[in-house]
Amino acid sequence: MKHLLSAADLSRDDARQILDTAAQMHDVQQREVKKLPVLRGRTVVNLFFEDSTRTRSSFEIAGKWLSADVINVSAKGSSVSKGESLRDTAMTVAAMGVDALVIRHHASGAPLQVTDWVDAVVINAGDGTHEHPTQALLDAYTMQARLGDLAGKRIGIIGDLTHSRVVRSNLILLRTLGADVTLVAPPTLMPSGIANWAAAEGFSYSYDFDEVLPKLDAAMMLRVQKERMSGGFFPTPREYTVGYGLTRDRLRALPEHAVICHPGPVNRGLEITADAADEARSLILDQVSAGVAVRMSVLYHLLGGAENA
Amino acid sequence: MTTYLIKGADLLGAGRQDLLVTDGVIAEVGTVTAVDATVIDADGLVALPGLVDLHTHLREPGREDAETVATGSAAAAAGGFTAVLAMANTSPVTDTAEAAERVFDLGRSCGLVDVQPIGAVSKGLAGEELAELGLMARSRAAVRVFSDDGKCVHDARLMRRALEYVKTFGGVVSQHAQEPRLADSSACCHEGELSGRLGLPGWPGVAEEVIVARDVMLARHTGSRVHIAHVSTAGSVEVVRWAKSQGIAVTAEVTPHHLMLDTTRLTDYDPTFKVNPPLRPAEDIAELRKALADGTIDAVATDHAPHARHDKEHAFAEAAFGMLGLEQALQVVNTVMVQPGLMSWEQVAAAMSTTPARIAGLTGHGRPLALGEPANITLIDPSATVEVDRADSRSLSRNNPWHDMTLTGRVHSTLLRGRPTLLDQEVQQ
Repeated sequence: MKHLLSAADLSRDDARQILDTAAQMHDVQQREVKKLPVLRGRTVVNLFFEDSTRTRSSFEIAGKWLSADVINVSAKGSSVSKGESLRDTAMTVAAMGVDALVIRHHASGAPLQVTDWVDAVVINAGDGTHEHPTQALLDAYTMQARLGDLAGKRIGIIGDLTHSRVVRSNLILLRTLGADVTLVAPPTLMPSGIANWAAAEGFSYSYDFDEVLPKLDAAMMLRVQKERMSGGFFPTPREYTVGYGLTRDRLRALPEHAVICHPGPVNRGLEITADAADEARSLILDQVSAGVAVRMSVLYHLLGGAENA
Repeated sequence: MTTYLIKGADLLGAGRQDLLVTDGVIAEVGTVTAVDATVIDADGLVALPGLVDLHTHLREPGREDAETVATGSAAAAAGGFTAVLAMANTSPVTDTAEAAERVFDLGRSCGLVDVQPIGAVSKGLAGEELAELGLMARSRAAVRVFSDDGKCVHDARLMRRALEYVKTFGGVVSQHAQEPRLADSSACCHEGELSGRLGLPGWPGVAEEVIVARDVMLARHTGSRVHIAHVSTAGSVEVVRWAKSQGIAVTAEVTPHHLMLDTTRLTDYDPTFKVNPPLRPAEDIAELRKALADGTIDAVATDHAPHARHDKEHAFAEAAFGMLGLEQALQVVNTVMVQPGLMSWEQVAAAMSTTPARIAGLTGHGRPLALGEPANITLIDPSATVEVDRADSRSLSRNNPWHDMTLTGRVHSTLLRGRPTLLDQEVQQ
């Protein structure tokens, strides 16, 4: 594995290794001196075509704690309007002699396209409505820390699935780790061709949250943007919450051992009530803290840190 | 003018004949002996009437970095075409008589292929007011085909008026069927499992089908002719088939890429395969082939859409729509239709020459290969296998979706009114 573009790039062994290393990195995070020398002299560029505070700073801290030189390049706005092609931007940055490009792009597939043009390692930090593999790794890491091995665990992913890059990566990675995944959304927010996709890959989907809820070991609530209403995806936020929100009533119906995740930012009151977001079994802050450890692990594995250690 | 003797060509697959070409016409058909003529050895070649493309983007004026009338004409000659209809979405748009005459004249002065301009339906392709359809029709360019291609004439009232209006001069509206509320300008991948997996904005087949259905009803209501550009779905085929059974004056075209390339090509997000309408699943392709073979689809048209390299080197969702087609069209039809036995050469002649010429009102093209007819002739070696290399293209652009693929058939020569524009694969400037 040279790049991390999709959760599908990870075999079960790869994923387990990254998660194991992440646990070690997590320990490092607890130390007073957090720096490890493993990526000294290596350069990581965060090439962000779209704003992102959390993912960018998480990659930045991860790189720095591994002693890499980390540079943030913001290339916001459509390259088409600026007259510079994606190829030109990527090659310009790569020509500065970088070892890894961490790419966030508003268009699906952009990091994959970049691998055709540059020699550097490319890490997908979220592309359009396609994938966000490091988010999936940190979600898996967090759930595993609480639930143990995810093989056979029942995990529901609920929310705006059609516009989410998180769902695709999570679905793929959780399946790789042997979990039993159910996607839940109204038909207007399901990815296209869901019936064929589910049949081909062996996962489930449902339009009925209440039917799925009592069987879950983990409920992953995804953000629903209020702007989606203008596209007619659902009539009102109130109606969405009644059908698909993690409300107080649903919280009671969720098995006691089950955990709640949300990759953020949370729309409190829409997809998740304030109570649920703050509950002890909510892993929302654990997810953020795991983000750094998981990204340290990914950088370490992809940049050949293993040989230098 | 040089006299040419085409020796031993298989005429539309119906048997070997010699063709003597002099003064721009076919002077003799049969066994021709001992004349003072330049011989074109056509042993093993099939002769077709010169091909006519209902749907070409030549990019001039406005984007001469992607294609010019000269380079597009060379690509057309290399592909066996003797006439191409140049779409109106240039800059400025072909929406006046003057703009149409300019394109027409550029084509004539280049001389490799008859360039027949298509006029815009609406001013500036804005979809609001009718362009000067009548003045374009009366111009030296004698425009008969009108299209806002690239955009759909989505306003039903404007479409109705356009259809009514073009009746006075026997015109036809070529519709780019895309209901913008169901497939907006961001839509770039056939809506289905793959668009779901890839996270690309979906372009559902129904966005095409509802416009096709609406427009055949408008054609029935107005008693006018409507032509459906680049039909891409089985559902559209069904509607067209029904409309024809009702006697509605509808014709339809399919592109070489929609006959051959399916939506799985998008898996690597290569913008070479980004086209509008998008590549469809294999089930649609099978129906399109069937419909072309049974005549429901009347014509093959290329939608040749050259783009400068930098307009394709963006993220998939931001790259330009379109792919080359002129040079590979006949090869593709041979590969997917003729060789598998779905279509005879006679049917190819109809779908790529006779019928498009009739739809476009080009009386000098699409004629039989017979005594006294204009010598517009295409010779193809149907059994040659060719590995396509985009670097070989006569087009200025390189967005060739067949790059690195092997196709069957090679265009050998093209004659436009008795003058070779392509001779043994060499374009004759």
